[in-house]
Amino acid sequence: MSELLVLVDHSGGQPRKISLQLLAAARAVAGDLGVDVAAVWLGPGAADAAGVLGAHGAARVHHWDDADAKGFVTVPQVEALEQLVAAVAPAGVLFASSNHVKDVAARLAVRVGGGVITDATGLAVDGGALVATKEVFGGDVITTSRVADGALPIVGIASNAFAAEEVGGAPAELVPFDVTLSDAARTAPVTDVVQQASADRPDIAEAAIVVSGGRGLGDASGFSLLEQLADLLGGGVGASRAATDAGWYPHRYQIGQTGRTISPTLYLGAGISGAIQHRAGMQTSQYVVAVNKDPEAPIFQIADFGVVGDLHQVVPKLIAALEARRG
Amino acid sequence: MRIVIPVKWVPDTAGEKQIDPDRLTVDRTSVASVLCPVNEFAIEEAMRIKEAHGDDVETVVLIVGPEEAGPTAAKALSYGLDRAVRVTDDAVAGSDALGTAQVLAAAVRTIGFDVVLFGNQSTDARTSLVPAAVAELLGVPSITYARRLEIADGALTADREHEEGWDTVTSPLPAVVSVVEAINEPRFPSFKGIMAAKSKPSDVWDLSQLDGLDSGLVGADAARAVVTSAAPRPPKAAGTVVTDDGSGAAADALLDWMAEKKFV
Ligand SMILES: Cc1cc2nc3c(=O)[nH]c(=O)nc-3n(C[C@H](O)[C@H](O)[C@H](O)COP(=O)(O)OP(=O)(O)OC[C@H]3O[C@@H](n4cnc5c(N)ncnc54)[C@H](O)[C@@H]3O)c2cc1C
Ligand SMILES: Nc1ncnc2c1ncn2[C@@H]1O[C@H](COP(=O)(O)O)[C@@H](O)[C@H]1O
Repeated sequence: MSELLVLVDHSGGQPRKISLQLLAAARAVAGDLGVDVAAVWLGPGAADAAGVLGAHGAARVHHWDDADAKGFVTVPQVEALEQLVAAVAPAGVLFASSNHVKDVAARLAVRVGGGVITDATGLAVDGGALVATKEVFGGDVITTSRVADGALPIVGIASNAFAAEEVGGAPAELVPFDVTLSDAARTAPVTDVVQQASADRPDIAEAAIVVSGGRGLGDASGFSLLEQLADLLGGGVGASRAATDAGWYPHRYQIGQTGRTISPTLYLGAGISGAIQHRAGMQTSQYVVAVNKDPEAPIFQIADFGVVGDLHQVVPKLIAALEARRG
Repeated sequence: MRIVIPVKWVPDTAGEKQIDPDRLTVDRTSVASVLCPVNEFAIEEAMRIKEAHGDDVETVVLIVGPEEAGPTAAKALSYGLDRAVRVTDDAVAGSDALGTAQVLAAAVRTIGFDVVLFGNQSTDARTSLVPAAVAELLGVPSITYARRLEIADGALTADREHEEGWDTVTSPLPAVVSVVEAINEPRFPSFKGIMAAKSKPSDVWDLSQLDGLDSGLVGADAARAVVTSAAPRPPKAAGTVVTDDGSGAAADALLDWMAEKKFV
């Protein structure tokens, strides 16, 4: 049976949450496509992950254990996938629509004559072909698209679009494969990996709840307040450009048109006006909560629940109430 | 050293957009267009490299777009870049990201390059596919999402931003780079820069002038990602708004709502 390949995005030997969502996306269409779901793991660690990948529906995991997969920028992963695609002739490849993985998808598509759709929020099968739903122009427009006949579909799935689900499968069968790297694959080495994010707090793309702060926080210390709130909710912390520009929070947490796009179940903005450039990165969140002292702030136009008030009063009270609930 | 800076002409995010029902994309006559804001960071970085390395650096802005994109070249030149190339050809219309990458790669090859400096994403398409696809077509490393870039002795060092921090990488030149907003603070064009832009070389090419382009891979017929429908997002129902009395007590109402929605 042909396969739908799921490129597992992993960090520290663990599949990222998005990878389990990718398996859910693959399962949603595998029946209609008449294919098996197979994971692809590039770099060491597949054996330890076979259990969780199988439990989420991967029949097998094609793996290449070489540390070079992550030791050089992008090209080793592209060459590995190119050689795997040639060997197994998959029906398609699903990938996590996150920044660095998109590079792999783009370069792979050039090599294998694939067609790429990024940031899909829904998948269906029509006339035997994959059809993807996605939101464009900052969420203002919803499109469906497909890959041209004869081209390999390489489809990126947005975070939180599919719910990861354990389906009780046996551990994925481990299928190692060999890769012959070109010299060009080893020209750009990674010399240092700097991990800055707190290991206990989810990234804003993965988090089901994102607490986000803007200029209204007043200064950088406002973010410790939001981190407290986020940690009580098991959420991530994001920021507006006014806050990242001021140096109150790192740029990689900036939400918006020149930052990142997130779709959590709950977005809670404090001291953020909701400028269109900010909304372009979060308006597809399922629920939006806003705390802002200005009743005219545009964020209230898209808020499911709004509090007109001073965040320095409301947020500490919310934290205290949550702590009281915990006991 | 020659730096090519591909910049895109995009609809202003703040503008109200109409969808063209035939072409299933934004009707560009319905909205004002601008130089993609992310490209300002690439332009600034090119200027900084030029200022650090002196006169042996040539900076070339490159645009693939219709006649209407013309003013984008003047805007980019007003920051101090040396010359502009715009590729305008009806055959490009309807290209997907990979088709656009074909044209950009051929144009970069024709111009000749040591570094290609992209924005990490365009504010309209936001695929982030173009820089890596161009690198693949040129057969060079793709050093994307750079939040720091240093160029010395024919090689570069960059910090590539990701979800958890960044990776420091090195690469020989030639290379393709894309930059994120965190890399610098763009200058504003000076009056002198705006005046000087008018007399800088600015070429307009069609596809026949590009080296090694397979025109069968460009345009609507060659697009491998095909949009089949487009509709505006349905408007959202109005939410509940409570006004705090100044004591923070409204937090209780918020917590009740969160409990009702099972967030706590
Ligand atoms: C090309 C371009 C790209 C951009 N890209 C982005 C982007 O990616 N992301 C982004 O976020 N922005 C982006 N912006 C900037 C955007 O236009 C806004 O300027 C920015 O989002 C404003 O951030 P803010 O809401 O934190 O600040 P402000 O707009 O200043 O809003 C602060 C809000 O806090 C409220 N407030 C103040 N004090 C309190 C208090 N004590 N309690 C409660 N509320 C309070 C105020 O009422 C106000 O509504 C971009 C702009 C441009 C031109
Ligand atoms: N038509 C174009 N002309 C010139 N540069 C472009 C064009 N399209 C995309 N780019 C470049 O590619 C980057 C990434 O765009 P995208 O892949 O569309 O998100 C942009 O920041 C531009 O630098």
